[in-house]
Amino acid sequence: MSNKTPVGSVLVVGGGITGMQSALDMAEAGYYVYLAEESPAIGGAMAQLDKTFPTNDCSM
Amino acid sequence: MNIELLTLSKVTSISGDSGDFTVTIKQSPRFVDMEKCIACGTCAEKCPAKTTDLFNEGLAKRKAIYVPYAQAVPLKYAIDKNRCIYFQKGKCRACEKFCPTNAIKFDDTEKDITLNVGSVILTAGFTPFNPDRFDNYQHAKFPNVVTSMEFERILSAGGPFGGHIHRLSDGKEPKKIAWLQCVGSRDLNRCDNEYCSSVCCMYAVKESIIAKEHLGPDFEPAIFFMDMRTHGKDFEKYYERAKSQGVRFIRSRVHTVTETDETGTLNLVYTTDAGERVSEDFDMVVLSVGMEPAASAIEAANTLGVELNSYKFVKTSGIAPVATSREGIYVAGAIQGPKDIPQSVVEASAAACSAGISLSAARGTLVKEKIFPDELAVQNEEPRIGVFVCNCGINIGGIADVPAIAAYAKELGHVVYTEEPLFACSQDAQDKMVEIIREQRLNRIVVAACTPRTHEPLFQETLRNAGLNAYLFEMANIRNQCTWVHSGEKEKATGKAKDLVRMAINRATLLEPIPSLSVSVNKSALVIGGGAAGMTAAISLADQGFNATIVEKSACLGGSARDVHNTWSGEDVQQFLKNLIERVSVHPRITVLTQAEVVEASGFVGNFETRVQAGEKTHSIQHGIAIVATGGQAAGTEEYLYGKHPSVTRWHDLENHPEKLAGAGSVIFIQCVGSRDEKRPYCSRICCTASVLQAIAIKEKQPDTNVFILYRDIRTFGEREILYKKAREKGVIFIRYSLEKKPVVTETTDGLEVRVFDPILQKELLIHADLVNLATAIEPSPNADIAAFYKVPVNAENFFMEAHAKLRPVDFASDGLFVCGLAHYPKSLDESIAQAMAAAGRAATVLARASILISPLVSQVNRDMCIGCGLCTEVCPFGAIIQEDADGKGFKAKNISASCKGCGLCASSCPKKAIDMLHFRDDQIIAAVCAAA
Repeated sequence: MSNKTPVGSVLVVGGGITGMQSALDMAEAGYYVYLAEESPAIGGAMAQLDKTFPTNDCSM
Repeated sequence: MNIELLTLSKVTSISGDSGDFTVTIKQSPRFVDMEKCIACGTCAEKCPAKTTDLFNEGLAKRKAIYVPYAQAVPLKYAIDKNRCIYFQKGKCRACEKFCPTNAIKFDDTEKDITLNVGSVILTAGFTPFNPDRFDNYQHAKFPNVVTSMEFERILSAGGPFGGHIHRLSDGKEPKKIAWLQCVGSRDLNRCDNEYCSSVCCMYAVKESIIAKEHLGPDFEPAIFFMDMRTHGKDFEKYYERAKSQGVRFIRSRVHTVTETDETGTLNLVYTTDAGERVSEDFDMVVLSVGMEPAASAIEAANTLGVELNSYKFVKTSGIAPVATSREGIYVAGAIQGPKDIPQSVVEASAAACSAGISLSAARGTLVKEKIFPDELAVQNEEPRIGVFVCNCGINIGGIADVPAIAAYAKELGHVVYTEEPLFACSQDAQDKMVEIIREQRLNRIVVAACTPRTHEPLFQETLRNAGLNAYLFEMANIRNQCTWVHSGEKEKATGKAKDLVRMAINRATLLEPIPSLSVSVNKSALVIGGGAAGMTAAISLADQGFNATIVEKSACLGGSARDVHNTWSGEDVQQFLKNLIERVSVHPRITVLTQAEVVEASGFVGNFETRVQAGEKTHSIQHGIAIVATGGQAAGTEEYLYGKHPSVTRWHDLENHPEKLAGAGSVIFIQCVGSRDEKRPYCSRICCTASVLQAIAIKEKQPDTNVFILYRDIRTFGEREILYKKAREKGVIFIRYSLEKKPVVTETTDGLEVRVFDPILQKELLIHADLVNLATAIEPSPNADIAAFYKVPVNAENFFMEAHAKLRPVDFASDGLFVCGLAHYPKSLDESIAQAMAAAGRAATVLARASILISPLVSQVNRDMCIGCGLCTEVCPFGAIIQEDADGKGFKAKNISASCKGCGLCASSCPKKAIDMLHFRDDQIIAAVCAAA
């Protein structure tokens, strides 16, 4: 890395639960975020799940 | 607002270095104008082209113009070009004709976007294994053989069958379902996935329990497995619960599924532990498919130039779990290896932390903040209510009589304006609402439309744009609660909508502006515990520019990692620890207090004060956040002659005393010593891998030594499975035992003797042992004082309890407090490091701000009515109400707004009704209820 000031933005590739969490954390910590997702909507595989254990919460 | 969503987008190239990358992205056309689309659904209703609905795993059809699912973000339609009749045959354009907002853009084109970013985080995920290539399961041919992902959609209330489980062959409810584990995992024979996919055991258990909830007590679920891997936090209890609810667990790998009759009944042949061959029929078979790197994820990784491992997952190291081979590019989630949701979320925050470290000099340079006009003082004005009854296209207007509802509202008290927008949420309707509020001097707004869950924030922002406080707003959900559920009864739907609108108006009359609440943030951190997790958290904060104080109970840093030689992936732990201690010791932003203990703590997010006793000295530390990393340790035991015979050792004793091993002819490892039993009903997660690693090391050094591992289930989850395979190849002998028939260790004249019942041979074995090493349970370090000081909860086994098992795995429920490492649950070093970085990443979201906005919907104490009984303090789960000495008038309750979550427990428990919840005051709720009567 050079000594000049870095760019204060980040690209997150993939809009599933992981990408969404990374994007939220980065944005809340003061960085501009581009969230790139291949499909027409974010959500990823978790959105397809019915419920999650151990609480059997709705995963939506 | 500082996240720009680029859907239908793929990375096509990257250049530059960490801190200054140029990335190009190809964005496919959506053919729908996102600004104009209001997701009314008319287009999809009119679209004549049907195609396979992949969100529903092909179990349903969707239209060529579609949203992937009802809750999709962004909730905007897209045209699937390959299925669209206009694009394929040149005629149709029905969607364009019927779209009420002219959002269809057939001339939309592919765009090339160039971005300048400092870092990249790769989270492109996994794909479920496709079992169609296995002819023995006949997934493609037998309708009643489904994958676990298909079964998720079958279970889902929002799925193709509305949550009604039935067989695809004849629509009948199944009485018996079998789950087959390890399909596409732990299998080198028929596919190349020799790793364990880590999540399938748990999801199969979950699916079986949920299916039982759906189908009732007569339903018979059976899970066919090799090793049941329920190694996560609270997973073992869930497994036990499944057993007690009648889920059958059969340890057998079923070879073939056959169809026995024309209705699609399926037959399985399997072998029991006792060697008996059983043939059994099932109504359905669910294949528990594993995880594979998605082709598109591999492509993205290749484009970004990061190295992959032999399974095509992104390569990382055990001491830098989210760093890729390319500086400035980080990785998280299942693209790095098979893992569950909590671990993915942990890594997501850890990757954000890493990116934050590399970009800290530029923090805050590119983010924007929205500015609203000053709020009008309307509190003392007579209510002037505006009511907007939304047609929601035809969703509401097609069923209920919207003009009649609006006319009815106009006659009610304080209502001065009504309007019937086609779509209240569309941008033009929002702009118009701002104008009307100003023109008509409205000071309360009621929107009768859809659900506040999705739309309240939008309307509240509109109010703020018009200079009104966001809480002068009320919604009546006349779509979900009226026109959707009473779609066949138009008059009743209209009548009920009028009732809901009347209730909302009555409540709105009593609404009051609630000022926003913010607290200043002290930009430093307290880290409790100086082990690998605590030190990693501290250094991760300090490298982002925040000061951190580490409080360590013992005289030196390092914690339980000091006993560990290697990570499971082979890195030298002692070297790592030495470097970490050195960095922590010299870092200008880190203060280390050893032989130090927290003795008192108070405050709330942004403003904690903790007193630390270090030897003779007491330190008073002001800090904005705290990270709890108090660690854990291997428990002792009284079983298997431990402590009574010098050749019975535990955990790393043999590695630390290699002289004991020299000349040993036979070494026996015993697993689950004190884990997965009544006293500790949890799996210690790391012991199987640790013993397997040690066994391999012994075999590599002295191949003639007989090494046995006595286990209950081998839980070498994920890519650790390769170690299990390697151990077997090296001749390590694995013998399974059960909780009912534990091994017995006795002393003999020339060493030790272990008796164990082998379920495969159905015989008791007698093995001579020179050394017996026990994998005792991992338990949390004593933490009752920390739990009490910061009012953070622990679970039944004394591990600290996170805010949400899946989605907030490092946060406590109280803001500004985080947890990582063994204090949370047993975990391997790479997982501890990731969680510590995640805690630092989450903490940075607080520390990065000068002040933070908190929800102002808090409880309010009427001090005149309070009798100081203390009940509210006792029931508050967040420590947000304290009892204050009120100048000789006894104690009075005091709300600490910054800690309050507005749950209302205090208000509902107060015997004097001295506590009210802002925005949900008793009189406001009673007004709505009275209007319903």
